[in-house]
Amino acid sequence: MKGALLPLLHAIQDQLGFIPESSVGDIAKGLNLSRAEVHGVITYYHFFRTQPPGRHVVQICRAEACQACGADALLDLAEKTLGCASHHTTANGAVTLEPVYCLGLCASSPAMQVDDKLHARVTAQKLTTLLKQLESA
Amino acid sequence: MNAVKIFVPRDSAALAAGADEVVSRLQQEIAQRGLSVEIVRNSSRGMFWLEPLLEVQTPQGRVAYGPVQAEDVASLLDAGVLQGGAHALHLGLTEQIPFLAKQERLTFARMGITDPLSLSDYEAHNGWAGLRAALQLDGAAIVQTVTDSGLRGRGGAAFPAGIKWRTVLHAQAAQKYVVCNADEGDSGTYSDRMTMEGDPFMLIEGMAIAGIAVGATQGYIYIRSEYPHAIDAMRQAIVLATQAGFLGDNICDSGKRFALEVRKAAGAYVCGEETAMLESIEGKRGIVRAKPPLPALEGLFGLPTVINNVITLASVPIILSKGAACYRDYGVGRSHGTLPFQLAGNIKHGGLVEKAFGLSLRELLFDFGGGSRSGRPIKAVQVGGPLGAYVPESQWDIPLDYEAYAAVGAVVGHGGIVVHDDSANMAQLARYAMEFCALESCGKCTPCRIGSTRGVEVIDRITHNQNKEQQVVLLRDLCNTMLAGSLCAMGGMTPYPVLSALNHYPEDFGLDVRETEKA
Repeated sequence: MKGALLPLLHAIQDQLGFIPESSVGDIAKGLNLSRAEVHGVITYYHFFRTQPPGRHVVQICRAEACQACGADALLDLAEKTLGCASHHTTANGAVTLEPVYCLGLCASSPAMQVDDKLHARVTAQKLTTLLKQLESA
Repeated sequence: MNAVKIFVPRDSAALAAGADEVVSRLQQEIAQRGLSVEIVRNSSRGMFWLEPLLEVQTPQGRVAYGPVQAEDVASLLDAGVLQGGAHALHLGLTEQIPFLAKQERLTFARMGITDPLSLSDYEAHNGWAGLRAALQLDGAAIVQTVTDSGLRGRGGAAFPAGIKWRTVLHAQAAQKYVVCNADEGDSGTYSDRMTMEGDPFMLIEGMAIAGIAVGATQGYIYIRSEYPHAIDAMRQAIVLATQAGFLGDNICDSGKRFALEVRKAAGAYVCGEETAMLESIEGKRGIVRAKPPLPALEGLFGLPTVINNVITLASVPIILSKGAACYRDYGVGRSHGTLPFQLAGNIKHGGLVEKAFGLSLRELLFDFGGGSRSGRPIKAVQVGGPLGAYVPESQWDIPLDYEAYAAVGAVVGHGGIVVHDDSANMAQLARYAMEFCALESCGKCTPCRIGSTRGVEVIDRITHNQNKEQQVVLLRDLCNTMLAGSLCAMGGMTPYPVLSALNHYPEDFGLDVRETEKA
């Protein structure tokens, strides 16, 4: 396969949930690249993780269309409710909170995603309910 | 008795609003009541304030209900929804809903009507007609048709598609490529997503035509990782189209070859820039390349490459099937054809409006959009994505036409329209534009990499009233450097939202109008 690095990294992350540092050497060797090149690619792209995420990942869209309908307040509320900052995981390992830049639901903003499930027109109440479900799950 | 057909969309926006829950409740109720119903998971009509939109096939046409939640299902069935019966959510015949009835849907003609992954649906609705027409022509004639149609790049840059194709056609190389840029990262845009989820064969058909036209045998669709449903739909559609002989080694028994592969992006906004995207497909960091060389001559893996956005390629089948003149006759000036405008943000009736170029923003905002969702006055409208200008009310009557918008320092771009009401703080939005540029800059050129961070700092000084007058001069100077000195649109267009906010809404920066004019 030409240009195999991104598909390979996606496959690893799909399997493990993240790309372990220990895999960099093998990837580099397999694709005849330097470790620096592989490391550079992994760290360049926001999507790739080098640490395992929490059991659930909550993504709240921060792009303009969602901002226009209160996304910033939702992110603040999520940080408060979960007790963790954006890009971090709650102390009990249950939830990783991430801002995201556009889920493509701009006509039904504000939007968010919990694991694989999308949610549109999210209100403070809906967010609170969703987060509660995660903490008990 | 024949089964009644009920349609519930599978589009992400419908799923996010609860479409799957509606379907599972429907299935339960249908089983309990012993009804004969076939549920079709269609694409979305693009009226997102009505999603999940449930439609029922009746002898008069499809009757719509929406927005439907799972808890509405029982009462809908009680009210005789299968016969199009009256209910609080009853919207009448779908085609007569004004938002849809007033549109000119060419590219989106099948949207909301067909099952996206049904080859027979696609075929029955004019599918593959463009490809079949193209197979009767030689490459130069196909390119000429696209040129004559006046189709320009719908990703935002509006470069004539036919000219780009001609360059690739005449390039000599053992291998050429067609790459579809489906890295639709701009806030306020979702027409690419809708196309891939809702009418994937149309994109496949457009890409196959492009491949046949320029002599490329391999295509890639670079889809953002935030669009798992689009990736899934495209991958399935490629398998189906290949099995049916519309892709592969012998397209429609013509002896022509074109294969297609989906490449999943990884969350870097700048990879929506075409050369950064090529780097990414090649397995590298998505760093922008200097141009020239043009990607049409030295593109993917250094070989001649047609790069177009989803809507550009998806517009090609209808141009080939209906003829260049038919498409060209829509629009105004040098903006030919239609654009799928995407109403987003704080708008009452958010959704997709495909119209010929030339209508005004005011028509879109009020005749289609119904004003703001919050009910407050609309203050600013960002047209053309995060790198587009904020358009103030004084400019809402300018026709949506590439040249007319450029003349006032704005961009039509891909037709993404994000609405903000009067609670928006334009200085904060300008700051956000710089902050976003700092976050997403690939880092190759200095104006973008450094300028964006300095931009955040300068805007902060203005809003904190530190040496304000001088800082405004500095911000303008910085924007000028970014505009003229950046390698790509990331740094080169971030000044559009910043300067338009500063020029049209100086009060939000704590400035009075005279101060900004003086600067």
